Amino acid sequence: MATSTSTSAPGTGADIGAATGARSRAAARRISVIGVTSFVVMLVVATAILVPIGYSILGGFKTNGQLVANPVHVIPDPWVFDNYREVLVGSFAPTFWREFLNSLIVAVVAVGLTVLFASLAAFVFARFAFRGREALFTLFVFGLLFPSAVAILPLFILVKQVGLSGNLLGVALPQAAFALPLSIVILRPFFRAIPAELEDAARIDGCSSFGFFWRVLLPLARPALATVSVLAVVGTWNAFLLPLVVLNGADQWTLPLGVMNFSTQYSSDHAKVLAFTVVSLIPAIAFYAVAERQLVGGLTSGAVKG
Amino acid sequence: MTALSRARTGNRRSKTLAIALFLAPALALYVVFVLFPIAQAAHFSLYKWNGLTPLTEFIGLKNYQVALGSGGFVNAFGNNLLIVVLSLAIQIPFSLALAVMLNRRFPGRWVFRLLFFLPYVLSEAVTGIVFRLLLQPGAFVDSALTSVGLGSLVQDWLGDPAIVMLTLFVIVSWKYFGFHMILMLAGLQGIPKELEEAALIDGADRRGAFRYVTLPLLGPTIRVSVFLSVIGALQLFDMVWVTTNGGPLNASTTMAIAMFKAGFKSQAMGYGSALAVLLFLVSLVVALAYQRFVLRRDTDGALTTFGG
Repeated sequence: MATSTSTSAPGTGADIGAATGARSRAAARRISVIGVTSFVVMLVVATAILVPIGYSILGGFKTNGQLVANPVHVIPDPWVFDNYREVLVGSFAPTFWREFLNSLIVAVVAVGLTVLFASLAAFVFARFAFRGREALFTLFVFGLLFPSAVAILPLFILVKQVGLSGNLLGVALPQAAFALPLSIVILRPFFRAIPAELEDAARIDGCSSFGFFWRVLLPLARPALATVSVLAVVGTWNAFLLPLVVLNGADQWTLPLGVMNFSTQYSSDHAKVLAFTVVSLIPAIAFYAVAERQLVGGLTSGAVKG
Repeated sequence: MTALSRARTGNRRSKTLAIALFLAPALALYVVFVLFPIAQAAHFSLYKWNGLTPLTEFIGLKNYQVALGSGGFVNAFGNNLLIVVLSLAIQIPFSLALAVMLNRRFPGRWVFRLLFFLPYVLSEAVTGIVFRLLLQPGAFVDSALTSVGLGSLVQDWLGDPAIVMLTLFVIVSWKYFGFHMILMLAGLQGIPKELEEAALIDGADRRGAFRYVTLPLLGPTIRVSVFLSVIGALQLFDMVWVTTNGGPLNASTTMAIAMFKAGFKSQAMGYGSALAVLLFLVSLVVALAYQRFVLRRDTDGALTTFGG
């Protein structure tokens, strides 16, 4: 409104002001109707998100008897703590913590490799001019089009041939390889945006290429590195197919495999399955709570800007 | 002069060395674990092979013939396609609607945003297990429906071949709508408010302003969202594997499930590889066609500045 009155003659400005004023009052009424409707819709969706999660959490506090007798009665009566106790510190604790540790090892190795290798490559793609650069970059972009599923059968053969079958490294290495394309695509524009003057200054001060990369570029690109790491953590932590194929013993399983196995092994004991599942979700949810900003920022900057 | 040119050659040589050294680790990892296996799948697909014995029984394109004929690839592809169509018809518009709702300022907005996006960080496998428990006959969903008087709606959600794909679609949407919503919300927030206000001042109603101003400007984001949704739907595996195993009667077998079963359950590595190649080709054709015909306008500017 301010712009329309200031740019037009005073008389017409007032007219327009009055007309839109009346309209905006009518519009305001409609908006509040829309507002209420959309709020209700959002409440319904929020409920749909919360019910499965809440059901699982509360179900873990029940006995199987309670679960079967009245599934809709969501509040445990009485509250039973045995299921969670068994998973966290009791008879299932060794299983759970081992699987948690395996997931952690795979995630740390895979994400570490991804971030290091991807930033080195993105550095080259961003700040060196050479023939074939775009072709090589396109080769990496190409990897965005398909997931590890396409390559899973030969990967299985390959991992077996190089002796990494049944080894967490056999999961971490391919996982890192498949996380490279997205990471490079996100890091490249970040590295490119860092002013050339900084590079010149670093060189005059006697910095080598690697010195500039390590001491200047990486510290400046910390937000982008955080984004890439967070995306790689989520991808690796939740990976299912690759560990399913590569790992072949219960002592090597990562959490998603462990949860699936637990749910089939104790398929008649729903309460325990729920407790185990809920506990296995805690790391992901905790991670989300800490890194939500980087995660959302990374996804949107990657996708919205092309 | 000669000293200078010598310094330049030295510079060039050290530059080449730097490029090679920096690029080598990523390239090696990528070639060994991504490109090489895909090429190998193409190779294996021409053999009848159980994955253990030496690779000797060359059978040409027979595996593809079987896959496209009686082998069930068409059925699996149809199942993927159903998810694609439903995602585009329901999930994407739904996500857009929620993004529009969340684009207004109101108290508690951040709670909704945080909550809607939460399922995205949970693993597909674990999400599938939770829903399998909820949807078992007589379990929570059935009792909830019965208790509110909708007992007639109760189905064998994951056991009835006629509806199992629809059930899976709902679970997939539960996990992924928040992701698309976040993308579109970011897109909406990138559109200057002044544009819609200008349209309103010029006499457009809210619907018109949305339809003719906001929506076209959101086009690039929607197209990226659609692309990611289609590629994701074509590659569906984890969720299906833990909930139905592709059953009942292959009613929920996706391309990736068919491939996995062929390779690891039937020990038909050659045939499974043929399915992998077909999955690869479908993804590739979709991606290239989409890039060529739909995304082109968006990436024209973006990718050239990208490439410098």
